Amino acid sequence: MIGSAGGLALEGVTRRYPGAEHASVDDVSLEIPAGELLALVGASGSGKTTTLRIAAGYEPADAGRVMVTAPDGTRRDITREPPQRRQFGMVFQHYALFPHMSVLDNVAFGLEARGVAKAERRARAQAALDGVGLGDKSARAVQALSGGEQQRVALARALVIEPRVLLLDEPLSNLDPTLRQSMRDDLRRMLRSSGVTALFVTHDQEDAFAVADRVAMLSGGRLLQVGTPETLYREPATREVAEFVGRATLVPARRLEGRLAIGEGPVTLHADSPGEDATLLAVLRPESLMFTGASERAWAGTVRERRFAGGHAVYRVALESGPVVELSTPASDIREGDTVHVALAARHVATVAA
Amino acid sequence: MSRSGTRSGGRAIVVAAMALLALLLWTVVYPNVAVIAGSFANGLVDWREFVHSPADVDALRGTIIVSIGSVIAALLIGVPLAFLLGRTEFRGRRVLSAVATLPAALPPLVGVLAFLFLYGESGVVTRLVQRALHLRESPWTLTGLTAVIFVHAYTMYVYVFLFVSAGLERYDTTLDEAAAGLGASRAMTLRRVTLPLLTPSLVGAMLLVFMSALGSFSAPYVFGGGARVLATQILVSKLNGSMGLAYVETTVLAVTAVLALLLLRRIEGRRRYTIAGKGGATRNPVRSPLIRRLLPVFASLLVIVLVLPHAMVILVSFARDGAWTTQLMPPEYTLDNYRQLRADRELWTPIVNSVSMSFMATSANAVVCFAIAYVVVLSRAPGRRLIALVSALPWAIPATAIALGLAATFDRNAPLQLRTLLVGTFWILPLAYFIRNIPLVSSAIEGSLRQMDPTLEDAARGLGASRWLRLRRVVLPAARPGLIAGTMLAAVAAVGEFVASVVLYTHSNRPISVEILAQVRSLAFGTAASYSVLLIVLVLAITLAARWLEGRGSADVRPIAQA
Repeated sequence: MIGSAGGLALEGVTRRYPGAEHASVDDVSLEIPAGELLALVGASGSGKTTTLRIAAGYEPADAGRVMVTAPDGTRRDITREPPQRRQFGMVFQHYALFPHMSVLDNVAFGLEARGVAKAERRARAQAALDGVGLGDKSARAVQALSGGEQQRVALARALVIEPRVLLLDEPLSNLDPTLRQSMRDDLRRMLRSSGVTALFVTHDQEDAFAVADRVAMLSGGRLLQVGTPETLYREPATREVAEFVGRATLVPARRLEGRLAIGEGPVTLHADSPGEDATLLAVLRPESLMFTGASERAWAGTVRERRFAGGHAVYRVALESGPVVELSTPASDIREGDTVHVALAARHVATVAA
Repeated sequence: MSRSGTRSGGRAIVVAAMALLALLLWTVVYPNVAVIAGSFANGLVDWREFVHSPADVDALRGTIIVSIGSVIAALLIGVPLAFLLGRTEFRGRRVLSAVATLPAALPPLVGVLAFLFLYGESGVVTRLVQRALHLRESPWTLTGLTAVIFVHAYTMYVYVFLFVSAGLERYDTTLDEAAAGLGASRAMTLRRVTLPLLTPSLVGAMLLVFMSALGSFSAPYVFGGGARVLATQILVSKLNGSMGLAYVETTVLAVTAVLALLLLRRIEGRRRYTIAGKGGATRNPVRSPLIRRLLPVFASLLVIVLVLPHAMVILVSFARDGAWTTQLMPPEYTLDNYRQLRADRELWTPIVNSVSMSFMATSANAVVCFAIAYVVVLSRAPGRRLIALVSALPWAIPATAIALGLAATFDRNAPLQLRTLLVGTFWILPLAYFIRNIPLVSSAIEGSLRQMDPTLEDAARGLGASRWLRLRRVVLPAARPGLIAGTMLAAVAAVGEFVASVVLYTHSNRPISVEILAQVRSLAFGTAASYSVLLIVLVLAITLAARWLEGRGSADVRPIAQA
């Protein structure tokens, strides 16, 4: 457990690059309690890396404050502190390992900067390397390591200084897909066991869901929603969140007296939907639809694509009324080109503003 | 770099490779061997004389002091300037950037001349300081090793500046950010991360400065005063007729150069890393308000210092010869200096000589060096490694040594010894220019050919193209950028060449640089300066012509990128 771990808070942080029309980061406020893993997701250009760099101190904020919070609740403004004084750890997208130093010297560098005696810093660096499973590679040149190993060295280097907060910029994006899967689990385990507060940036929602306690989504520099992965998936706040997080087909719908009528054609599907009467978009997730026999409560359509995915199969069905929906069901004999009928599998369907 | 394509073999290539090797052995290796052999012609007598002559020991010491001093001075100016212009944003940065490489555009002797006009005993700046401080004598004398290092610092810091700037351009700045994030101070980041990673750039620049200073002739010749260096000592011995001693001095100079080359290459080799990442430098504004205010002032001063030599040469070129004696500035101005260059046959000849000799030498460089590059990069001909090695050799050997080697080899007609009389004829200077520029031109073309996808030539062959057609339509277009850049640099170097020229010239083929020196000797500063301006204009014209050629052909070459 890291003793010095604190929380991190951003208050109305804004950054506009000189000459740019729109702000890269626009009034973003975030609160990360001590020990939480928060993922910042968004498409490229959404401002997530700039937000991270402002938190780290590499980029100035034009407005707003960066605060660290102590366990007793006191907050300290660090907006003007340079990176070397913030006591944060950072894992860079390309790792930024020093190519002229050995693995051990890379990890020990932050301790050297803090004036830790040589014997002690070597021992602590070695322990940190043991912690990420690279204890036997400490004498190697960093360029002799694989991508996954370099990633672990970068993590060990950032954790050994016992940072208040750990910042990670696309930590998994440089790994090949198979390695990425296993590294996700390892990353979460290593971060959890260190007890560090972490803010990490990713454009991949699967990374975010696998590692983070909570997820914050940015778009165009603005914060759209913060919440647990389940919240973002089940109750997306906006159309953009619904489309970015998980697979979804958005179908026009009308809410009338707590009942939702989904679809524009002659056949509409119905679900519970408390709230005021409105014209909305229904968020149809692959598992909220199912195949059924022909009926008044089912949409007719044609199977365009079938993808086998182990325990289940994913179908893309072109509805007669126009939209193409995606369904995930236990594998069946339905083939491409078959005419099918689709009904709601869930009573509840999420909606977003049209 | 591994080449996956099939290299050209064939008998024609083998014959061409043998011919090239013979040419290189004859013009590059043989003269140097002749010098070394010449130093032992009287047994060890000349070597003993060298060791026991105070003047020679002094010259060797002077050479080493000048070389190391120039490296240190160039580093002290070039490194901070590269960081300042590459990493910070301030008012006046663009102007300073634009003139930072200006000293490199001065032909060697012209720079020396400009310094004489500015900082010499009766120079403008010297007199200005003298008057301002009401001194009876000039505040300094521009003589001795310090003066030589001072001039070198101005002309040679450009190498350091360019190399380090290029290194910073490729540098992955997230490494510095990572160091800062781990708590390292700026000083620690610089010492432990940035500078170690810039080692290849630094060593490359140091090598270039060391080599240039080692072989430098014009600054010690004009400003040396009583101080001696080997390069000038060689000429003194030659003029005294002590050829044996001159050979010993030349051998010592060349060996020193090669030793320095090997030593620095070793350091460089241990410090080569590939830096992954985005790279791309970001310039940050200065935080301290005091420095932010002082920087533009400092930049303006620097711009003035950098532009002053050029401005001074242009100004003096309009000064009437003999009229400028004790005044601060030349008192009378005229166009006569330029008029008489054209009118007086004696004055016109050096211009014709320089242009025609540099044209001949450079044309030969273009043809021969293209052949060298083709054989080295694209063929499997036997001996191609030796060709690569020998063609790089003139780079490591100071120009004075090359000149003396030619003097030792081509001083008589002896066909059986493969000697022919060129010394005292017109042809010796074009030959010297040609040899000096072989490394420059062939490495430029090799660089371009290495970027060519080697399977292109195979593809052309598969489509039935003859060797000639492949050469013309595939290889030549690929070689074009290096060919243009290399021949441009060679032409610039040849048209202003001084060091080899002063050893080998005769009255009939004297080039502009030698004539400038003669005019300075007879105190005709106006004429000397007008020659200098002409030389600068020639260099500019060559550069612009090369740019124009590059622009015209660039579309054919660029789109083929290799994965």
